[in-house]
Amino acid sequence: MQQAAARTDTVETTYREAVRAALRDALGRDNRVFLMGEDVGRYGGCYAVSHGLLAEFGPERIRDTPLSESGFTGAGIGAAMAGMRPIVELMTVNFSLLALDQILNNAATIRHMSGNQFGVPLVIRMATGAGRQLAAQHSHSLEGWYAHIPGIKVLTPATLEDARGMLWTALQEPDPVLIFENVMLYNMSGNLACDAGAVDIDKAAVRRKGRDISLITYGGSLWKTLEAASVLATEGIEAEVIDLRSLRPLDDATIMTSVTRTRRAVIVDEGWRSGSLAAEIGMRIVEQAFWSLDAPIGRVCSEEVPIPYPRHLEMAALPQLPKIVAAAKTALGQA
Amino acid sequence: MTLTAGKPHLSREHMLDLLRQMIRIRRFENKCAELYTQEKIRGFLHLYDGEEAVAVGVITVLEKRDRVVATYREHGHALVRGVPMKAVMAEMYGKQEGCSRGRGGSMHLFNAATNFYGGNAIVGGGLPVATGLALASRMQGDDIVTACFFGEGAVAEGEFHESLNLAALWQLPVLFVCENNSYAMGTALALSESETDIQHKAACYRVASEAVDGMDVVAVEAAARRAIQAVRDSRKPYFLECRTYRLRPHSMFDPQLYRDKAEVESWRPREPIARFQGWLETNRMIHPDELSRMVSEIDAEIAEAVNFAETASWEPVEQLCRFVHADSTVPTGQ
Ligand SMILES: Cc1ncc(C[n+]2csc(CCOP(=O)(O)OP(=O)(O)O)c2C)c(N)n1
Repeated sequence: MQQAAARTDTVETTYREAVRAALRDALGRDNRVFLMGEDVGRYGGCYAVSHGLLAEFGPERIRDTPLSESGFTGAGIGAAMAGMRPIVELMTVNFSLLALDQILNNAATIRHMSGNQFGVPLVIRMATGAGRQLAAQHSHSLEGWYAHIPGIKVLTPATLEDARGMLWTALQEPDPVLIFENVMLYNMSGNLACDAGAVDIDKAAVRRKGRDISLITYGGSLWKTLEAASVLATEGIEAEVIDLRSLRPLDDATIMTSVTRTRRAVIVDEGWRSGSLAAEIGMRIVEQAFWSLDAPIGRVCSEEVPIPYPRHLEMAALPQLPKIVAAAKTALGQA
Repeated sequence: MTLTAGKPHLSREHMLDLLRQMIRIRRFENKCAELYTQEKIRGFLHLYDGEEAVAVGVITVLEKRDRVVATYREHGHALVRGVPMKAVMAEMYGKQEGCSRGRGGSMHLFNAATNFYGGNAIVGGGLPVATGLALASRMQGDDIVTACFFGEGAVAEGEFHESLNLAALWQLPVLFVCENNSYAMGTALALSESETDIQHKAACYRVASEAVDGMDVVAVEAAARRAIQAVRDSRKPYFLECRTYRLRPHSMFDPQLYRDKAEVESWRPREPIARFQGWLETNRMIHPDELSRMVSEIDAEIAEAVNFAETASWEPVEQLCRFVHADSTVPTGQ
């Protein structure tokens, strides 16, 4: 992201710890903030994100809920409308479907339906993504679906800075914000500035500069795409890598600036191809940058199959380095 | 033991079979835990240690034509139901000879031949499905019973309440079996329910209900016999709460921050296998030789299942997108 050039005071941390630091920071700064969800307290969070927070902030503010996704998400909506700043944690996007009614029919629509009398300043966090052999009811990437819904913002932090910084900014929003944390990122470690704090949540970021092709991605696929860019570089292809950061709203300007310069684009998206976020981005490029294109837009998405359990099939179902490299080469006419 | 409860027909042979089935599950799962540490089995693995009496006591009473719906903690249910151990183990490995062709893994065991409708890993997700299976029974006028297993954590889900109401309202032949093992991951029952007497909730929907000591296989079987007979005859739902305890972590990832070791230890003497075996020994109903023969037969079966899974095959990657829609080249179950 927009990091100052040389920061010396950094600390080695993980994505999980960065999210936890963001939660601790928010709970400390604003006493309207509380975290609620299944096993966020005594268990320590299903992905250990909230581990230790119960001891620090107590059971009122680190609130364990029953297995009632619709109920407690709706309760978060109500509490937000009445002046609190709840952070609802849904264990994974797969279980968020039990709360979809509340998210879509209430959180996303109440401002509009009420003629702007009520707003829902609610943050909902959840894990997403595959790669841990958890099979078809625990592995899907549905954030693209949520990006379909007017009235909410959809964030996909892929870096330590964003894991640390997006939450606070999201909490300042007057409307609901969904934050998707890819499960494969929780253990990712690296250095983070000691004074890392809030970051913007409306701009895409160019994570690698390049002139030959734009690779557009987000979330867990960012790191595979950066790796692909390195592989391409060894063959003299300079790929630009764009991290969308926000899936709704989409930062069209950053995408189009890049594509009009590179004249080629491949979108990498862990969602299924049909009706995907990748389809939306491709269409926007067609609408806004068609005359700049030198080649058809490419896509690397998940295969159209529920995610299978065996490792070789799971890996084959997901966007992977060789597929990204191949798609880039096809767009460059080098297939 | 409440060996006189309900006065089931308790031949010595039958009692040894109950013991054998529980030991078979326990030893199979101990092997699975070992294979998990060797990374032969991956993903989530939820073990049934301490709860075996429930699956054994209930499923033993079902007829072949009856149906079973279970959760992700379902290895025991599949084994008692008669899904071949080899096919279960191959599924845990993700091999295509597995009971779900390897596509599902530990949490999604399916087997059409034994009317085993899975292996559902969305908490509460099986209840509406079981209700629908029973709806088909009502509409088709058969005498099938659908048994639906779920944990007490599912009681908080809307689907639990919707299903009980539908089943009672439409008079559907489904047996709801709540495996109350005291915790939903790290959340104790008292921290998730305002009314902790679960069978009482069923009664509010006018579903006949009963709670039983789920650590006592004979008591479970006796209760299941009453319950299943009632469902079969009345074609109405029945609710059986089995009070039990999960001795192992929720899954292989759980550091168990939410309970004391001492609490777990206090439950250990009540665990169903040692308890039943002890009772049989005290009453001289099992000879030590018989027991060791039983265990070595089970171990041989497990060794064979592991061997089968090891030598079974991986589905070719080219077939990745099969089974998304009906495929005329493979049987679809029904
Ligand atoms: C809808 C949904 N929410 C959350 C989860 C995550 N989860 C898996 S098992 C579990 C605990 C369920 O407890 P219980 O129903 O008592 O069954 P047990 O695991 O104790 O057998 C939770 C929270 C899930 N699988 N599905």
